[in-house]
This record gives sequence, structure tokens and C-alpha cells, in this order.
Amino acid sequence: MAVAATLRILPSGGFGTRRALRMVERNVMIYRKGWPYLVSGFFEPLFYLLSLGIGLNHLVGSVTVGAQTVTYAAFVAPGLLATSAMNGATIDATFTVFQRLKIEHAYDSVLATPLTVQDIALGELTWCVFRGALYSASFLVCMAALGDAASPWVILCLPVAILTSLAFACAGMAGCTYLRSWQDFDLVSLALVPMFLFSGTFFPISLYPTGIQVVVRATPLYQAVALSRGCSLGVFDWAMVGHAAYLVVMAVTGLLITSTRFRRLLTP
Amino acid sequence: MAVAGDQLTQRGAAQPRVGWAPWRRALWFHYAFWQRTWKGSIVSSFLFPILYLASMGLGVGHLVNEHSGGVQGVSYLDYVAPAMLALTALQVSANETMWPVLASFKWVRSYWTAVSTPVSARDVVVGKIGWVTIHVLMVGSIYTAVLAVFGTLHSPWAILLPLAGALTGFAFAAPIAAFSATQESPQAFPVIYRFAVIPMFLFSGAFYPVSQLPGWLQPVVQVTPLYQGVALCRTLALGQGALAMTCVHIAYLAVLAAVGTVVCIRNFRRRLEV
Repeated sequence: MAVAATLRILPSGGFGTRRALRMVERNVMIYRKGWPYLVSGFFEPLFYLLSLGIGLNHLVGSVTVGAQTVTYAAFVAPGLLATSAMNGATIDATFTVFQRLKIEHAYDSVLATPLTVQDIALGELTWCVFRGALYSASFLVCMAALGDAASPWVILCLPVAILTSLAFACAGMAGCTYLRSWQDFDLVSLALVPMFLFSGTFFPISLYPTGIQVVVRATPLYQAVALSRGCSLGVFDWAMVGHAAYLVVMAVTGLLITSTRFRRLLTP
Repeated sequence: MAVAGDQLTQRGAAQPRVGWAPWRRALWFHYAFWQRTWKGSIVSSFLFPILYLASMGLGVGHLVNEHSGGVQGVSYLDYVAPAMLALTALQVSANETMWPVLASFKWVRSYWTAVSTPVSARDVVVGKIGWVTIHVLMVGSIYTAVLAVFGTLHSPWAILLPLAGALTGFAFAAPIAAFSATQESPQAFPVIYRFAVIPMFLFSGAFYPVSQLPGWLQPVVQVTPLYQGVALCRTLALGQGALAMTCVHIAYLAVLAAVGTVVCIRNFRRRLEV
């Protein structure tokens, strides 16, 4: 849904043909064999939630967000939800796409069929978003089951997670077209790990000095965490419109760069 | 991944001397390789542990100290810091003994090159496991120095922290390499990572005392090797803990390392010495 909405704003023709679904189908067929790998990705954020939610809950006590005071588990859960969307979408958008683009040259074979470069980009993107959404939706169910969802608005976390997946998948794919070798993937983790650790996932950013707060507020994951946490706790403010707009702009920019780069790399 | 021998010579790496034992040459291979690639490995082996420590120790630590006044009589940062060394040991050993070992068998095939010389399968194992242990020792020494500078160490025994880290790394490297030597594809590695490495990382008492966990989970956690490594490192850094328990931790890790090495040599022989 979100993909289709984003694509409608794009000027370039030929985007969004139904042939892109063939790329999605290709992924489905691949993961039909590797499904344990697909499923296992869901457990990482759940392990984090169980470990920190149970182990640190008593040691941390409660955390204050806006006017609300919540348990540490309820505080950290929406943050982990946002990171699971980020990781789920980024893994396929970078590692898998890089493998197919530069190692296996799978896309060159795809181009020998009626599919176009845009179909490839769109199809892979849809799959990445699906993967991010899959992880987020299942995490959301666990979160609710563990009682870590503080308000009924938590249901809004799902569209937030899909938007997050979309933004990170677009940006990740755009980024991975510039990578030269597997060694360059250090740069990907160098971007993801500090964001994971410092974007307000594990503790409120009010603990930082003002200068660092400005930097953290500029990171994409912070937008996702803030949106997700706001929905989960039922604390809404106008800044959330800004967070959402940030992610939409990130998705559109990433998509434009991806399609330009794919065209340059794949067509002679 | 593997660097051709002549390339190493050209770039002026330290050369093996005439008369070196084969195992020493196998060890040297990894050293020479590391000389080329240490800049890349420093991100995951050193920078990320420090970032984790900053995020958990300082960020979450602020919340913990405010509410509970620290853990076991020390600030949360001081509590987590030594545990992070054991976690790094696990991380480094797992990274170096899963994909790289399979790659050396299947894709780069450097083990086959090695055993076509006087180097035996046993020498290959000694070189690999030995190098991982030395690597963890190096990372642990720098890490301990950083902890000392920031004043998170409470006991003179902390000087032994790099050795405790190296023992933990050894205890993981040997059995994981033994397992990797039996694999034909990397499919199992992400599963091990997600269902063994990450749960151990999160539940082994690194971030909070095991007593915070539900009762049935505590004995499960206590039999994991990472718990032993974390407890050993923490005992040395904080100077708390009974001598008998410390001996148990050391003995547990030493036995795991020894058994792992024996099995590893057996598995490497099976695959390399037809």
C-alpha cells in the first residue's frame, strides 16, 4: 500500500508495472527453502524484549515519557519494534540486493525477460517492506501478549513500522548500489549499530546533553522510535507529523536514487 | 578473503623463518592476514563493544543508578563493563570460526593448500584456534586499558582480565570451529547466531544479575559457557566472589576449550586427511 502511494508521486513512467510482482514471487520461492532463516529474524528483537523487559524492569523502575510514567518494558518495547522494522527491511535491501546485483548478477538475467529495471527495484523493495512488516506485526503481537502495550493506540504502530521499513529499505537499497565489496558492509553496520544503541531505543534522549540531542533527533531511527513510542503509549503531539514526513522524504529520495543507480549499473 | 602468498611478501609482512614448526607457520598465516585486515575488524571487535558499553552502561545505567543505586554495590557502568569483555570474546570467536572456517574449506580452500605442505590438519587447528585466542587477548588488553582509564575497575586482579577474555574466547572458538568443519553450507550459521549467540549475549547475566530472571531460567543460564566467562571477568574486575566459584568458572572454560580442541582436530582430520 505504502509503496503504491509513494510511487504515484514519482514522475518517471514505467514504474509499478504488475511484472514487479514476479520479483516478489522470486523471493517467495527462494525463501520457501530458506524459511528458517526468514523466521529466525523475528526472534532477535523478541529476545531483546524478554531479556531487558524482565531483567532490567526492576532495576530501572519506571521511565517518564511526556506526562506518562511507564514500566521499562513498556518503554523499550516500541523502540525495539522500530528497530526490528529497520533491521528486517535493511538486511534484504543491502546484503541480499548486493549479492544479486554485484556477485550473482541475477538482475542481468532478469533483464533478459520483459521485466524492466524499475520492476526489479520495485519488486525487491516490496519484498523488503513485506519482511520488515512481517517482523513488526509478529513482534507487536508478542508485545501485546506480554502486556507491554500501554494503550489501544498501539495498533497504529503497525503502519508506523511499515513506513519505517519502507524508508529504510529505499535508503538501504540506494546505499548498497554504491558499495564495492563485502568489506564495505562495515559501513552499513557502522550506520545501523550506533543508531540502534543511541536513538532513544533503550533510554530517553533527554539524558543527553543538548548538543548530542540535536544530532540524535536528526537520525532516521529516532523518527521511527518516537512515532512508535508515541503510538504505543498513546501520547501524541504535532512533532510526530514531522517524524512521519521525514520518513516519507527518506523513502522517496531513496527510491529515486535507487532507480537512477540501478539504471546506470544494469543497462549497458 | 585470503591473500596470496606473494602479495604478502611484496607488502613486507614479517616472514616465517627457516626451521619454524608447521603449527607456527599455520599461526603466522593468520597473523599475516590480520596485518592486512585489522583496520576493518576493529569496528566489530572493538568499537561496537565500546558503543554497547556507552549505551547500556551510561544511558541505561543512569536510569538504574537513579532507581536502584547501582548493582552489587557498584555503579551500573562498572557492573556491565567487565561482562562486555566476555561478550566481545564470544563475538570475536564466533565471527572468526563460523564463515571463515567454512570458507577456508569450501570457497577459498586455503586449508587444502596448507595440508598439501608439511602442515598437518592438527597444525591448521592449532594455528586457527591459537590465533583467535591471541586476537581476543589483544582486543581484551586494549579494552581493559580503556576500562582502567575510565576508573571502572575495582581490584588489582583486573590485570588478569585479558587472560580471562582469552580463555573465554578459546572456549568458544574450539567447539564452534569443530562444528563449522562438519558443515557443507553456511545455512546453519545464522541459526546458531540467532538461537545460541544472541540469547547467550542477552541472558547470561551481563546486563543484570541472574537473580532478576525467573527461577526456572537461572540454572539454564548458569550452565552456559558465556555465564561462566561473564562471572569470571566480573569477579576479577570487582574483586568480589569466592575463590571456589572462580576455580569452577576457570575449570569449566578450560574443559570446554580442551574438549572442543580435541573434537576440532578430529573433525579437521576427517575432512582434510582423506
